[in-house]
Amino acid sequence: MGEYTSEELQSIFIMQGFSGLSLFSVLLLMGLGLALIFGQMGVINMAHGEFMALGAYTVYFCSHLTETYAPTFGPYYFVAAIGLAFVVCAALGALVEWLMIRHLYHRPLDTLLATWGLSLILQQSYRSIFGAREVTPTLPEWLMGSYNVKEGLDIPINGMFVLGLSIVVTIALITFMYRSAFGLRLRATVQNRKMSAAVGINTGKVDRLAFALGCGIAGIAGAAFTTIGSTGPDSGSRYIVDAFLVVVSGGTASLLGCLASAFGIAQAQSILEFFLEGTKGKVATLLVIVIALMIRPQGLFPSKVRGN
Amino acid sequence: MISVTNLQVCYGQSVVIPDMSFTAPQGEILGIIGRNGMGKSTLFRSLIGMILTRSGTITLNGKEITNQPSHRRVAQGVAFVPQGRMIFPYLTVYENLISGVAGNVSYDSVEEIYALFPVLRDMRKRKGGNLSGGQQQQLAIGRALMTNPSVLLLDEPTEGIQPSIIKDISRSLREIRDMRKLTIVVSEQVLSFVLDTCDNIMVIDKGKLIREDRRADVNSDQIKAMLAV
Repeated sequence: MGEYTSEELQSIFIMQGFSGLSLFSVLLLMGLGLALIFGQMGVINMAHGEFMALGAYTVYFCSHLTETYAPTFGPYYFVAAIGLAFVVCAALGALVEWLMIRHLYHRPLDTLLATWGLSLILQQSYRSIFGAREVTPTLPEWLMGSYNVKEGLDIPINGMFVLGLSIVVTIALITFMYRSAFGLRLRATVQNRKMSAAVGINTGKVDRLAFALGCGIAGIAGAAFTTIGSTGPDSGSRYIVDAFLVVVSGGTASLLGCLASAFGIAQAQSILEFFLEGTKGKVATLLVIVIALMIRPQGLFPSKVRGN
Repeated sequence: MISVTNLQVCYGQSVVIPDMSFTAPQGEILGIIGRNGMGKSTLFRSLIGMILTRSGTITLNGKEITNQPSHRRVAQGVAFVPQGRMIFPYLTVYENLISGVAGNVSYDSVEEIYALFPVLRDMRKRKGGNLSGGQQQQLAIGRALMTNPSVLLLDEPTEGIQPSIIKDISRSLREIRDMRKLTIVVSEQVLSFVLDTCDNIMVIDKGKLIREDRRADVNSDQIKAMLAV
C-alpha cells in the first residue's frame, strides 16, 4: 500500500466502507429472509435470489408506469414501489408455499431441488417478460448524487438510503418477532413443531406466513438493490451465495448473528476487493468464515438455556 | 367428557393399541396406570392428534374429533401436557403460557394460572428452559389450561420430579377439577400418585385396558401385582 498517502488511505477506507454498507444492507435483508424461512421450516430456499430480482423488477415496472402515466408522481413513486415489492413477493411466496413447499416438508433434498427448479423458471420468466438486457428504474432526484464531506471523500446518498431502509426493516422484523402474537407462534413452532400444534397453534398457517414474510423481505432487498445496481434476470443468483454465507456464519436462529455476519462479510469484501483483486478478496473472506465456523460451529451468537 | 370407541393406533405395521374403548365423564379424574411400553403415551398422542389413528372414534362432549389436526382439537376444548413437559425452552414463562391462545390474551386468565402456581409469577420473565423440572411441569399444566379446555390430558406428570412437588401437583389437579369442572385424564406408573389423585383408575397392559376400579374399591395389592415386571 506504499503508493497511497495516509490521507488517501483514510478516504479509501471510508468510501469503501460506505460501499460495503450498501452491500451489507442488501445481504442483511436477504439473509434475514433466508434465515427466517430456514429456521421456521428447515427449507433452504434456492429461489430466494429470484424473489429479490422480482422485487427489483417490481420497482422497475412501477418506474415505467409512473413515467408513462403519471410523471408528476415521479419523485414519490419509489417509496410506494418498495411497499409494492414487498406485497408482490410475499404474495408469490405464499402461493409457492401453498402449491409446492408444504407438500415437501421433512424432505430437505427435495425442497432444495424444487426451489432450485423454481429459480430457473422465474429467471426464464424474467427473461421472457423483461428481456435479457439489464434494466434500471429511473430513480427520483433526491436519491441521486452524493454528499461531499471533504475533498476526495464522497458519500453516495443512495447508499445511505439503502442502509436506512435495511435498518428500518430489521427493527420492524425484530419488533414483529418479539412483540406480536404471530411472532410468538413462529418462535414456538421453530422450537417444537408438534408441541406447538398440541397447544393450539395452526402450524400450517404459521409456515405459510413465515415463508411469505421471508420472500417479502427479499422483495424489499430487491427494491433496495435497484438503487445500487442494475437488474437482470440473473441478478438474484449472484447474491444468493453471499446470502447463504451470511446465514451459515450468523447461525440460523439468531437475528443478531445475521446482522454481525452480514456486516463482516460485506465490509471484508468491499475493502479487500479494493486492495486485492475481486477473486482474492472473496477467497480471503471465505477463509475467515471457514475458520470462524470451525471455532464456533453453531454460529456467532448461539442462544443458551439450561441443559442445552 | 371424552369418549373413545374401538380405537386402534399403529406405528407402521406394529399395532400398539388394538382396540380400546373408555369414557371419562365431566368433573372426574381418570387415571390410566401401566408399565413402560404398554401404550400410555401412544394413547395420549393419538387423543391430541400428534399421531394418526387407524380406526375407531374419539368424541369430545358428543362431537367427533377423530381425524382433526391438533390445533382444531385444542380449539374445541382438549389440552395436552406431554411426557417430558415439552415447554418451549427459549420462550419466557409468560410467552409459554400465552403461546396457544388464539386472539386476545385475557389478563384474568393469566392471573388465574399465577394464583394456581405462584412460582410462575415470580419466574414470568425467565426462559422456560431455565426452570427446574417441577416448575416446568407447573408451566406445562398452566399452558394447557390457558386455552380453557374441557378435557385435560396429562402424560406421566410425575416423571423425574421430586416427591414433595408430586404431592403439590396432585393437589393442584384436584383443585383445577373442582374449580373448572373439567375432565382430567392422567397416565402414570406411580400407583401412590394415582390413588391420591384419581376418581377412577384403569390399568393398561399391551395396549388394552384390563381393569377398572372406582378409587374407593381399589385393591392396591392386586394393581401392584399387575404393575410388577
